[in-house]
Parts: sequence; structure tokens; C-alpha cells
Amino acid sequence: MTELPLAERRPSAPSVVRTPVLRVKSLQVSYYTDAGRATALDDVSFSLNAGEKLGMVGESGSGKSTMALAMMRMIKPPGRIEGGQVFVGDVDLIGLDAEGMRNARLSRIAYIPQGAMNSLNPVMRVGAQMMDAVKAHLPNDSRSAVEERCRRSLASVDLAAGVFRMFPHELSGGMKQRVCIAIGILLNPQVIIADEPTSALDVVTQRQVMETIDNVQRQVGAAVILIGHDMGLMAQFVDKVAVMYAGRLVEVSTVREMFTDPKHPYAKALISSLPNLNNKGVFQGIPGLAPSLLRIPSGCAFHPRCASVMDICRSRRPAVVAQDSGRVVACHLFDARG
Amino acid sequence: MSIKLIVKRLAFLIMVVWAASTITFFIPRLSERNALRERFAELSRTGGFAPADLEKIIASYSAQFGLNKPLYQQYFDYMWGILHLDFGYSLGKYPLTVMQLIEQALPWTIVLLLVTTVFSFIIGNLMGAIAAWQRAPRWMRAVATPFVLLQGVPPVLMGVLLLFFVGFRLKMLPLGGAYSPGLIPNWSWSFALDLLAHQVLPATALILGSAGGWVLSMRGMGVTIQGEDYVNFAEHKGLGGVRIFRDYYLRNALLPQVTGFALALGTVVTSAIVVEGIFGLPGIGSLLSQAIRANDFPVIYGIVLLITIAVATLMVGLEFLYPLLDPRIREE
Amino acid sequence: MTSIALTLPDLRQPSNPALVLRYFRRNKVLGVGVVVVTLLVAFTLIGFLVVDPQNAYPLSAPTKKPPSLQHLFGTDFFGRDLLTAMVVGMWQTAIIGLLAGGLGTLIGVILGFISAYFGGWIDAVIKGACQILTPIPVLLIQVVVAGSLDKRDVTILTMAYIVVMLAWMGPTLVIRSQVLTMKERQFVSVAKLSGVGDLGIIFGEILPNLLPFIAAAFVGQVFAAVFASFYLAVLGLGPLREPLLGNIIWAAQSQGAFFNGWWWWPMEPAVAMILILASLALVNMGLDELANPRVRRTE
Repeated sequence: MTELPLAERRPSAPSVVRTPVLRVKSLQVSYYTDAGRATALDDVSFSLNAGEKLGMVGESGSGKSTMALAMMRMIKPPGRIEGGQVFVGDVDLIGLDAEGMRNARLSRIAYIPQGAMNSLNPVMRVGAQMMDAVKAHLPNDSRSAVEERCRRSLASVDLAAGVFRMFPHELSGGMKQRVCIAIGILLNPQVIIADEPTSALDVVTQRQVMETIDNVQRQVGAAVILIGHDMGLMAQFVDKVAVMYAGRLVEVSTVREMFTDPKHPYAKALISSLPNLNNKGVFQGIPGLAPSLLRIPSGCAFHPRCASVMDICRSRRPAVVAQDSGRVVACHLFDARG
Repeated sequence: MSIKLIVKRLAFLIMVVWAASTITFFIPRLSERNALRERFAELSRTGGFAPADLEKIIASYSAQFGLNKPLYQQYFDYMWGILHLDFGYSLGKYPLTVMQLIEQALPWTIVLLLVTTVFSFIIGNLMGAIAAWQRAPRWMRAVATPFVLLQGVPPVLMGVLLLFFVGFRLKMLPLGGAYSPGLIPNWSWSFALDLLAHQVLPATALILGSAGGWVLSMRGMGVTIQGEDYVNFAEHKGLGGVRIFRDYYLRNALLPQVTGFALALGTVVTSAIVVEGIFGLPGIGSLLSQAIRANDFPVIYGIVLLITIAVATLMVGLEFLYPLLDPRIREE
Repeated sequence: MTSIALTLPDLRQPSNPALVLRYFRRNKVLGVGVVVVTLLVAFTLIGFLVVDPQNAYPLSAPTKKPPSLQHLFGTDFFGRDLLTAMVVGMWQTAIIGLLAGGLGTLIGVILGFISAYFGGWIDAVIKGACQILTPIPVLLIQVVVAGSLDKRDVTILTMAYIVVMLAWMGPTLVIRSQVLTMKERQFVSVAKLSGVGDLGIIFGEILPNLLPFIAAAFVGQVFAAVFASFYLAVLGLGPLREPLLGNIIWAAQSQGAFFNGWWWWPMEPAVAMILILASLALVNMGLDELANPRVRRTE
């Protein structure tokens, strides 16, 4: 496993730096469709320290991918970022102009796409696609310096040197995904977002890819957001878990806390719906369907499906309240610290 | 490229040419018309041959042209001739052969075709690509619209319109012909300019008329390609708009257009021919019109066959270009 | 225990005419095309009520007259009243278009269907024939055919047949590929399992799903037929006596209309032809979008 040269390494995971490298504040995103306005992200806030790994889970349509797109400022019409700030270091990405954001992409915050199957340009060699990314941010670097950087990046994701000259169709799914990871770390970003990086892969390759992300993150010292819905995978790789529902953040806890003692009823239902070796044959689903983002229920979005629903849940939206242990929950059951 | 593929393509080419030539052979013979007879009947009206003499003349010419041999023999002779690109003698301009007439007319057509095809392909595809590109300014994308609207209009009609407005009303450019009547072709600049002036309207008509098709298909392709993951990821990588447009979007969208070009060759050539007819340019188009009017069948069939062979060959030839453009096709 | 709340958004369905109009607003291409076609049809129909078709033929009027009150569109070299000629010509073009278009679509549907449904060597033959015939420049073969006919035998009807001869390959391939995809889809298998016979499947399941493609193919065929007949006429291969718009243009150019200053003679049929072809092309494009939802634009 080749490592990046000493000069480029940042402090690695266990000794995390105190000030959060990522601070998302009140992010608000809506989509204006024929059928009305859909609130994809509703006042979402959280923060991450350097070296931390956050898993973001939720059903389809809960807002996880929108979160990623919003942070990269890649929301396209009819979607719009209507408010909020995304601080990477001390730069608010939302406030940047177009050229500033273009520069920030990949250099401050990098995105590893879902389904790398189709994310690489079929008519360009892998090396060329990496080099153009570097050249777009470091135009004054010499060609050999750029090429060297790309080759090192490929090496750090355990890909053979020959991959540099190959075309995407010559690579397997797992290899393509690793190329995307290699691209993501080219410029040592402070935040890396991996959007369901393993969904299209078989289990063995999944593990390889996750380990690669892990290694890479340790070398670069970035904060990683891992988006997905495979709780088992999350359990093995992340430090904290954030649960999204109907565009709202409902709970953020450490992995251990989430799996042993989830607080929010939705999170509880998610955990209990996981297949359990002790409870074989008993499958618990969550009754009802996730609401359409066009017609989010009043008050707490989860109230129609909640087993512990109270009157206040129907009328007042619960605030995100920090609990003693540093966890946050948005539920009226935990309005007071507890 | 594998040998197997090359052989397959060549076999296809041969099949196409064979089909075209067989159809062209049999159709006229299905009708009751006898080209020679008609020709001589016409001549006899002006010249005054007696009917008996007419029959003798027809008989001797039939023997000359091989028309009294059994059908299968004629077919073989015909096919053999095609292999050598020998289409026989022109009925109207005997003793000139069909090939000689074609050779005189061909350069005009080829120049026109080359210029207009290249320009309309480039302009049309670029406009179409821009029209579909979300990031391009509105006005730039709107430039494509008139072309899309007129895409169904053949270049011929464009030509008539241009003739009217520019040639007739504004009198800026000539109304037809290859060069001004009365001028003797020579190598001077003034003659060259005169030639050029006569080419402008037909070329413009062809470019305007054909570009529309490219705009439309490229725009459709562009919409699809823009939605592809790799275009998206290119933006995620922080690449600038122009680079994404050129390397990720355009390069991929052009691939099927090249295929489309091969398929459109037939249309391109036929529009050029008809435009030539309207403008009176001495190319293949006018040769064809004259031949039709004069019932000069060998010339008609010779032109038809030659063009079919040329188009089919180009089509197959273009196929060999694909692996160069698309790395995914470079098997074996 | 709370009841399951199936919160489906409450969207009111607008009435049908409103839906159609809203679609036209979005699919402007189709809208404009349909409007122009309707205007042209109106022109022809009203025209027939007003003019005497005989005047469309040579020697009915004083020759080479520019547009005036007696002859709104002027007359040509041979003495046709051009207004009448346009009305009759458009009508004839419509006949050729519809006849050839319908025939071409019919052949395409039948052949495409047989090819896809029965497969095997039938499919190979039909598909092969289509592929081999496609690269052949259609106009040229039509020239051969038209040129081989006795000039007196060329009528409106024969024009239609000539045009159809090499036009059916497109619809055949389209219908064939559609039927092929449908054959594999589940609703056919389900029908088969339910014991519905072959014929039932054909008429009950497959055909209804093919309708949008057949409609699109039909319009495409009409367009191609009008286009092809125009090209033939403009080369001088049409039924020369008839006032087909292409014929008129050909005659005008042969007589050097622009050189002689008779500008209205080729211009009027040219403008009319542009309107016809452009509107048909627009309708064709618009229908393509309808039949192929992936191309459909969202608001």
C-alpha cells in the first residue's frame, strides 16, 4: 500500500483537530416542479471535524443525495439553493461566485459519484481525465509535475501504473470506482463526499472500495461523508451516523450509539428492521410510505408513521436538540436534554 | 479491425451495388419503351426516313448496342461493364461514352459537394451542440432555431428563394450558369472570381438547406449526452465550461453524427444534383436533367449507378473510421 | 396504532382540451406545425369552392401575366392561372402524400410485424433487404423508374406508387424493433400464460402499444412522399400536364423565368412548397417527441 510522501500528509484520524473543517448551517433546497414546490432539504445543519467519517442514511428521496449536490453547488434548475451556508475551513461555498466555486470543487471539497460505471469519459484515457482535473486548478504546474501527481494518486488507490494509459471500458467496475476515488484525492481536499460508492458492486469489491476510501482518508486527513443505505457497511466504516427523513435531519449519533440505542423513532425503526442473527425470520418494516416532498406532513414529518406520536407532533416541527453526549435528535420526545 | 469484419463490410458493399445495378437493369426493360426506337423515331420526324429504312437502322444499331442478344447475355455484359465502370455510349451525344460525359461534369459537382458538405456538417453540428448546451447563453442557443424550423425544406427551395431575393431583386449575384455567358474560360483572376460568384448561391442554398438536419440530430444527441454521468462528473471535478463542452460533450456527441453522415450521403448527393439542375451548373445534376429530357437512357442509368457505387463505397469506407474515433470499438 | 397514511399528492386532473392545449404550449413545434397544416388545408378546400379547376391547365388564360386583380397569382408561360394551379396542385400533393404515406406505413407495419413476430429466416430476409436497400439513393432509382415510363403513363397515381417503392424500409425497421422489444416484455408473456391466442395478443396487446409509433411513422411517410414527389417533379419527371408544384418550378426554370423577369412563376409554388414541407417536418418532429417520451421536455 503506497503512501503519499511525508510532506503531503496531514494529521491522521485518531488525533482529530478541534475546529470543524465542515460546517453546514441551515441549508435549504427546493425544487419547483409542475406539481408544485418540493422541499428537498429543510434547514439542515451539522458539522464535521477533519479526519471524521460521517455516514448519511435515509430512504430514497430523504435528501441525502441532494445534500451532496447542494454542498458541491451542483443543484440544477428547477432546483434551487434557497438559503444556508456551507463552510469548508473558513470559506462559505454558497457565497462563492461561479468561478470561485469551480475552483473549490475538487480542491476543497471532492465528490465521488454514485455509479462510477458511467462517470468516466469513454473517449479519453484515464490519465488524461485525471490530468485535466489537475490542470484546471493548477494551470502553472509543469506537465511532468501534473503527471507525477496523477500517477501517485493512482498508486495510492492500489491501481497498477498501466491504468494511466487505459480507457475506461478496459477497467472493471471496482477499478473504475477506484479511479474516481483517485481523482477525488488529487488535490488533497478537506472534505470528501462519497455518494453510494458501492451500490453497483459485488460484496467483495465493495469491501475493497471501502478499504480504499478508508486508507485514502487516513493519508489525506480529510473529513468524509459517506452517503448510502446499507447500514451494515456504515457500521464498519464510519464514526458518526446522520439519519435523514423527508429532507430533514432527524438524528446524528456515533455509530455505537446509533446501533445500540437509537433515539429518534425513525432511526429506531431503521435499526430494528435490520436482519438480526438472533431474530431469524422476523422482519420488521416501517408501516406507511415516505411522504412526497411536495406534501410534507405538518409538524414532524414522521408523525403519520410514528409509533410514539403525540399531539404536539402533528402541529409543531421538532427542533434539532443537542443531547448530553453530543448527539443531536429532532424529536419532541427529547425536547429537553436527556 | 478484424479481417472478418472487413470481409463482412465489403460483402455488404457488393450486395448494395449488385442490388442497385440489377434494379437499374431490369426496370427499363420491364417497360414497353425502346430507347433506340424512340430516338430514331424522333430523328426520323426531323430527317424524314422511310419506315422500312428506319427498321433497318434500328436493327443495325441494336446489334451495335447489343440489344438483340438474349437477356441473360445482356445482363452479364452489363455487369461486366459496370465492373470496369463502362456504361456504354450516350444515345444523345454519340460517339461520346457515358463515362466521358460524366467525367466532364464530375469536377463541378465534386467541388460543390465537398465544400457544402464540410461546411454544413461543421456549422450544423456546432449549432446543434450549442443549442442543447444548458450553459450557453440564450441568444446563442436561439440561433439554431430557424434552421430547425426549416429542416424539412430541401435546399432546392432555398435556392429558389435565394435566387429571387439576392439574384433577382438585389441583383447581387448571378442567376445561374457556371460563368457569365460570353466569357471564355481562362486562368485569369477575373474569371476565377466570376466562377466563384456563380457558386455562391448554390453553395449557400445547399449549406443552409442541409445544416438544419445536422442541427436537429445533434441537438437531440446533445440533450442525451448532457445527461450522462461523465459530463456531470466533469463539472464535479471543477473543469471549466468550455473544456467540458469540447472534451466531454462534443467529442461524445459527434460519434453518432459521423454514422449519420454516412447514412445521409445519399440525400446529400441527391440534393446537390437537384440544386445544380435549378442553377444550371454544368455538373452531374444538369447532365441528368438533360439526359432525362432527351431520353438518353444510358446516361441516366450510368449516372444513377455511378452515384450509387460512390455513395455505397463512401459509406463502407466511413465505417473504417469509427475505431479511430471511438476507443470502445477497437476490438482485436 | 395510527392508520397507514398514504399521502398521495392531491393533483387535480385538468380537462382533456386543456391538457391538449397545455401540451401544445410545451411542444411548440407540434403546435406550429399543426396550425400551418390546417391553414394549408383550409386554403385548398376554400380554394376549390372558389376557382374552376380547369384554369389550372395550360391555355386557360393569357400568358406571362404578373399578379393582378383578375389573376391574383398571375399566369405562367403556358397560360395556367397560377392561383388555381396552386389550389389544384396542393390537393394533388396531398393525395400523393396520403396515398403513398398510407401505403408505405401499411407495408412497413405488416413487414415489420411479420419480421419481428415470426423471426428466423423471414426476419433475416426482410431485415437484410431493408439494410441493403437503404444506402441506395432513393431519388436515383425513382428517376430510373420515372424515366422508363412512357411520359403519358405518368399520372398522380403512378407518382404515388413510384414514391412508395423505396420508402417502406424505414417504417419496417422501426416497427420491427418496437415489436421485438414488446415480444420480450412482460405483458405479452402474461397474456400468453392467460391463454390468449396469437391473434389476441397481436390485436389486443401489441397493436395498441404500437399506435404512437405507427402514427409517427405515417406522418414521416407522408412527409417523405411529398418530398420525393417534389424532387421528381422538379427534375421534370412528374406528370407534366398536372399543376404539381414541383412541375411548375421545373417548367419555370426550363423557361428561364428569373432571366425573363417572371419572378412570380417559380416563387409562388416555392413558397407554398416551403410551407407544406416545413409544417409537415414540424409535425413529424413534434410527434417524435410524443412517441419517444425520453425526448420529452419537462417544464
